[in-house]
Amino acid sequence: MSVELETAISPEKLRRVAIDPVSRVEGHGKVTILLDDDNKVHQVRLHIVEFRGFEKFIQGRPYWEVPVMVQRLCGICPVSHHLAASKALDMMLGVKQLTPTAEKIRRLMHAGQILQSHALHFFHLASPDLLFGFGSDMAQRNIVGVVAAHPEPAKKGVLLRKYGQEVIRMTAGKRVHGTGAIPGGVNKSLAPEERAELLKEIYQIVAWSRDAVGMIRQLFEQNLPEYNAFGRFRSAGMCLVAADGAMDLYHGGLRARDADGKDLFDHFNYGRYWEVIAEEVKPWSYMKFPFFKSLGAEDGSYRVGPLTRVTQCDSIPTPLADREREEFIAFDGGSVTGATLGYHWARMIEMLHAAETIKDLLHDDDIIGHDLMATGQRQERGVGVIEAPRGTLIHHYRVDENDLVIRANLIVSTTHNNQAMNTAVREVAKQYLDGVAITEGLLNHIEIAIRAFDPCLSCATHALGQMPLEVAIVGADGTVLDAATRDQRGLIRDFS
Amino acid sequence: MSLTFQLDGEDIAFTPGQSIMQAARAAGVYIPHLCWHPDFPAHGSCKLCTVKVNGRFGSSCTMEAQAGMNVENRTAELDDKRRTMLQMFFVEGNHFCPSCEKSGNCALQATAYELKMMSPHFDMFYPDRPVDASHPDVLLDFNRCIMCSLCVTASREVDGKNVFAMGGRGILGRRIHINSESGRLADTDFALTDRAASICPVGVILPKRRGFDVPIGKRTYDKSPISEQVKEKAP
Repeated sequence: MSVELETAISPEKLRRVAIDPVSRVEGHGKVTILLDDDNKVHQVRLHIVEFRGFEKFIQGRPYWEVPVMVQRLCGICPVSHHLAASKALDMMLGVKQLTPTAEKIRRLMHAGQILQSHALHFFHLASPDLLFGFGSDMAQRNIVGVVAAHPEPAKKGVLLRKYGQEVIRMTAGKRVHGTGAIPGGVNKSLAPEERAELLKEIYQIVAWSRDAVGMIRQLFEQNLPEYNAFGRFRSAGMCLVAADGAMDLYHGGLRARDADGKDLFDHFNYGRYWEVIAEEVKPWSYMKFPFFKSLGAEDGSYRVGPLTRVTQCDSIPTPLADREREEFIAFDGGSVTGATLGYHWARMIEMLHAAETIKDLLHDDDIIGHDLMATGQRQERGVGVIEAPRGTLIHHYRVDENDLVIRANLIVSTTHNNQAMNTAVREVAKQYLDGVAITEGLLNHIEIAIRAFDPCLSCATHALGQMPLEVAIVGADGTVLDAATRDQRGLIRDFS
Repeated sequence: MSLTFQLDGEDIAFTPGQSIMQAARAAGVYIPHLCWHPDFPAHGSCKLCTVKVNGRFGSSCTMEAQAGMNVENRTAELDDKRRTMLQMFFVEGNHFCPSCEKSGNCALQATAYELKMMSPHFDMFYPDRPVDASHPDVLLDFNRCIMCSLCVTASREVDGKNVFAMGGRGILGRRIHINSESGRLADTDFALTDRAASICPVGVILPKRRGFDVPIGKRTYDKSPISEQVKEKAP
């Protein structure tokens, strides 16, 4: 991925167009576009304007509080943070293997999360663009418009999400921000009546998830050239895979491939993630820019999430989703596997996989077992990695001898996609905005590129005290009277 | 013939020497309170149990029941004042229920639900109260302390250890102190089996490494509101 269009040479001479806030995404972000007098695009940036700070205020708190506290980062995928933190603290407690009941309850909770989050994104956030057209009437291009014009898929979307939320409620105690996973295991299994309740609807849920895959496939068939070319760019990718190379959204080793599909690392132990990933900070965004160390900051950015997972895994361990994966990869000679909008198709395949996983787990008697906790030899630190709906999520904690957290680092799914999203919006700007009069419909194209990644901007803003800053005091005549900079290490240099 | 007084229009029987609070509880009637505990002498400090006796305010935990008294308890006027007091409790400390392991088992939270407190209303004080994690088995999170003094009494009267004491002045200065040279719990003979270790009505004195082990739905106040539990436990 290139940094073309990241920084204009003479921005003061350019006209600025801002999309603020970006709509139908989680969290707050804005896009700025700098254009010259001929509407030629010179700079495009996706800025994350929120500030969080969870890594800081978790310091000094008892470790068992962490999975419950950090999930408050997000109201859409709190389960992902809840489980990633729990996994990290399992490692800190020296628990190498959870009890079968604990592991399956966590996997069930995670599958419920994937199902509800993917349904929410596809039906509520993305489908208005896909069903009505990228530049269609803004008054209709929303979920209310979808309900009016396409009531059946809209209803299925709402009910798919509702079912996923019920799975979460029964495994975590609440639909949003539950407490089910605790370091070393879980605090509850499923009651037989809860299992029976979920079993009643699961076959319908699997069927509707298949329909959703069919729906996005049909949209691709109808709009193939535009969908394939939209915001397209070459990129490396990273995801977790199981020991046999199959998709595993809960646990595994890290697999990374470059833009040509060549392995950069495979089955890498995520407990040492910092050996392969580093993060860069840029002065114009609160979101960091991760990169593969072996490729360097300039060329090492990558993407994560459904598209990477579906294309980089060797198989999907549930039959219907695996068949859809094969068809996705074979479609039009494999062209869609590199398309930014291919994220939507891959996301629906994962939703089907989540529904099938729930069905399989509901037939497993371990989920009503009573052996909930495991123990081990205490360690100083723990790393937990999970494939959240939006991609690879890394939680890393150090805990002192008094059980208090002394350091925390979170690399959130959307953060991995930071450069990829910036590249996608620049590609779209070049394709659609360059040299033409800008309209709302054209600006929506920029947002569609961002939405393809289903970013959670509130989760992803984690720069803290490292933001490079430049401050200048400029006199009325334009002369710089004083200036100072702070670099990424926090060192301040005064140029006065 | 048994002695009775009127509580919100109902006859409540009592024995001489019983407080209004004790008599009401024995009859299964809930009077909101935080610093009172049935196992210990009344303290009268939180003022949440304030009732109107024959038209005048009084603490029901310290006022002896008298035959023929007319006591008002759950009136709109009194609950409104109690709600304001609760709001002051919340803003004086750092009470973050969403990530607190005492959620669902916390008397302060349950009382706030009972009195339908919807917001803290006042500006938060955000006091700086460092935790004491020095003890191998117990964490002290002073952020949530409501100065009820139950731990002071339990440690002194039941455990015979005198581990805790109230000290300091003013809203931000007054706090629980640990009776050791270093001021740390690890340097006392406090033990997880002490009565004081399980007396805290909020989330200050906590057994380590057990947080959130009871699932949502099975916690004390998930089952029924705090007022209902008084009714259920009445003899």
